[in-house]
Amino acid sequence: MSDPITQAGAPTPRSGNDKPGSGDDKPRPGMSERSIGVLGDRKKARLDELARASASDRGGVSLVRDAVRRLRRNPVAIVGASIVGLFILVAIFAPLIAPHDPVQRFDELTKNLTVDSIPGATAGHPFGSDPLGRDFLSRMIYGARQTLFVGVLATLIGLSLGVLIGAIAGAFGGWVDVVLMRLTDVMLALPSLLLAITLVAMASRSSQWTVIFAVAIVSVPIFARLLRGSMLAQRESDHVLAARALGVKERNIVLRHMLPNSLTAVIVQATLTFAVAILDAAALSFLGLGDPDINRAEWGLMLGVDGQRYFEVRPELAYYPALAIIVVALGFTLLGEAMREAIDPKNRR
Amino acid sequence: MSLLDVRDLSVVFQRRGERPFTAVDKVSFTVEPGQTVGLVGESGCGKSVTSLAIMGLLPKRGNKVGGEVLFDGTDLLKLRPNDMRDRRGREISMIFQDPLSSLNPVIPIGVQVAEVLERHQGRDRKQALREARDLLDAVGIPDPQRRLSEYPHQISGGMRQRALIAIALACKPRLLIADEPTTALDVTIQAQILTLLKQLVDDTGTALVMITHDLGVVAGLCDTVNVLYGGKVVERARRHELFAHARHPYTHGLLNSVPRLDSPRGERLHAIRGSVSDNIPWTEGCAFAPRCDNVVDACLEGPPPLEPTATGGDLRCNNPVSEEVTVR
Repeated sequence: MSDPITQAGAPTPRSGNDKPGSGDDKPRPGMSERSIGVLGDRKKARLDELARASASDRGGVSLVRDAVRRLRRNPVAIVGASIVGLFILVAIFAPLIAPHDPVQRFDELTKNLTVDSIPGATAGHPFGSDPLGRDFLSRMIYGARQTLFVGVLATLIGLSLGVLIGAIAGAFGGWVDVVLMRLTDVMLALPSLLLAITLVAMASRSSQWTVIFAVAIVSVPIFARLLRGSMLAQRESDHVLAARALGVKERNIVLRHMLPNSLTAVIVQATLTFAVAILDAAALSFLGLGDPDINRAEWGLMLGVDGQRYFEVRPELAYYPALAIIVVALGFTLLGEAMREAIDPKNRR
Repeated sequence: MSLLDVRDLSVVFQRRGERPFTAVDKVSFTVEPGQTVGLVGESGCGKSVTSLAIMGLLPKRGNKVGGEVLFDGTDLLKLRPNDMRDRRGREISMIFQDPLSSLNPVIPIGVQVAEVLERHQGRDRKQALREARDLLDAVGIPDPQRRLSEYPHQISGGMRQRALIAIALACKPRLLIADEPTTALDVTIQAQILTLLKQLVDDTGTALVMITHDLGVVAGLCDTVNVLYGGKVVERARRHELFAHARHPYTHGLLNSVPRLDSPRGERLHAIRGSVSDNIPWTEGCAFAPRCDNVVDACLEGPPPLEPTATGGDLRCNNPVSEEVTVR
């Protein structure tokens, strides 16, 4: 093919390599070949090995893998990830771990029930039972499932809506940006829990979906602002200017150049939002604004109904769910903070 | 007909509530096919703004662009944005100063080269990647197959600039604008990149507009040199003419302030007095007057015109350095 560039350049790599001190780049095959005469066979083998090792080190290290590598060296990340991992495992395998069905009522435990004698720990029920005779440990384990479900869905919905709004604001700018950002300002001006309570109260009928939706909506403005900010920064960046100079279409500039480079911060924020979502959902249940289904095991509800009501006789009923909520929220926060640190370009080497 | 004919190009930055600032003031120059033209000057003289204006890449708001940019007879400034977008990367390309920040950090090198081929040549991804490998090979990147899947942060600065050159030349444009392409690189790599650029434009017949503050780059590469000061061309000359007999006191000062190995020991390095900010508006006189050693009364009475010189160049000066004086 009469490709002038290719033809013209064909000799370039060779002439570049042969010049001593043109050491622009990583190990060149030429370097070790030149040294063969002086080196013994063993050293030569060692050199080849090193060259191979450094070559495989470099192959396809993406931003993500780079961040993961840094996460694994950070003790905070390890602690956070362990808590989160354990929590997720418990949630997934709840039916296998839980000693009893969370809705099964053990009537023998509540035979002589008075206000002062909520059944405590027994051999078959290490955490005791609630006033309805349901095994508290099993309800705690199933509660992880419910918490994970609510947290994941609320975060995903909030993330999607927030990214959509932020991307539109950042991509279009102008009055679209102004209108959308003033809207998020209004939402941010209200305390998030208060806003969530209002949203739940507005729903005609309360269910776990109203909780998920309310918690999701509350997190939207944070995602939207964050993404819009990074999009604006990307808009001014050199590589977007370079893409424009190549005639890349505006749609592709937004979707391929601005958006992917803006997402990292939002993904980290999602981890932190997860912790907040858990706390908010628990708070709503605690206040009695959650799912009215009394069979559903939910930490916030357990804390609100059983823990609060029988705190003076059986404080454990409050401690267990409260502790679970705090530890899981802490786990996600630690992991989120560590991730934020890991993707910080200042830490890149 | 010239490939690129810039006529009275002006760029005025205007922000609400502030005095307008003229960054580029009626700059005219031409580029013939296959020729290399230099735009030289200090920071703030308007060379980058000129290039962005030619490419139509200045922000939509806050500035006013005047004059004409005739590319092959078509005024680029009058093209609709979509038509201009179709030409960028295909007929006119640009290389920027910082090779790391000019590459998208989350897309592998190969895809970035392929993207421009897909965009302008209608290649599918597979075909484009094959061509991308050949292009990377052509700009002297070793092991191009492996580089295709690597990310910008994994390769060295020199290789990044090579990759950017490959992207810019992928569609064999007729004009390449290089905005300080070697400023962010090591000296050793600078020479390699300049050699590569020269070789590629020579072989493909691409015309090159080289924007630089580095006279060494000009000396090695450019056929014609435009010296800019305060947004105006103050001197234009063929390369050898400029280096042998710089007429404008500013050009003269620039050449004399380059450190030389053969200057006598103990001699202080020549410097131009003051800084770019010590200027007066062109409407009042010569913007360089406050820093000029040759200043005369006429310099403060109005802008000196750009007049042809005996040696075929142009000069904007009331009291130029004598033709007999050579740069030391």
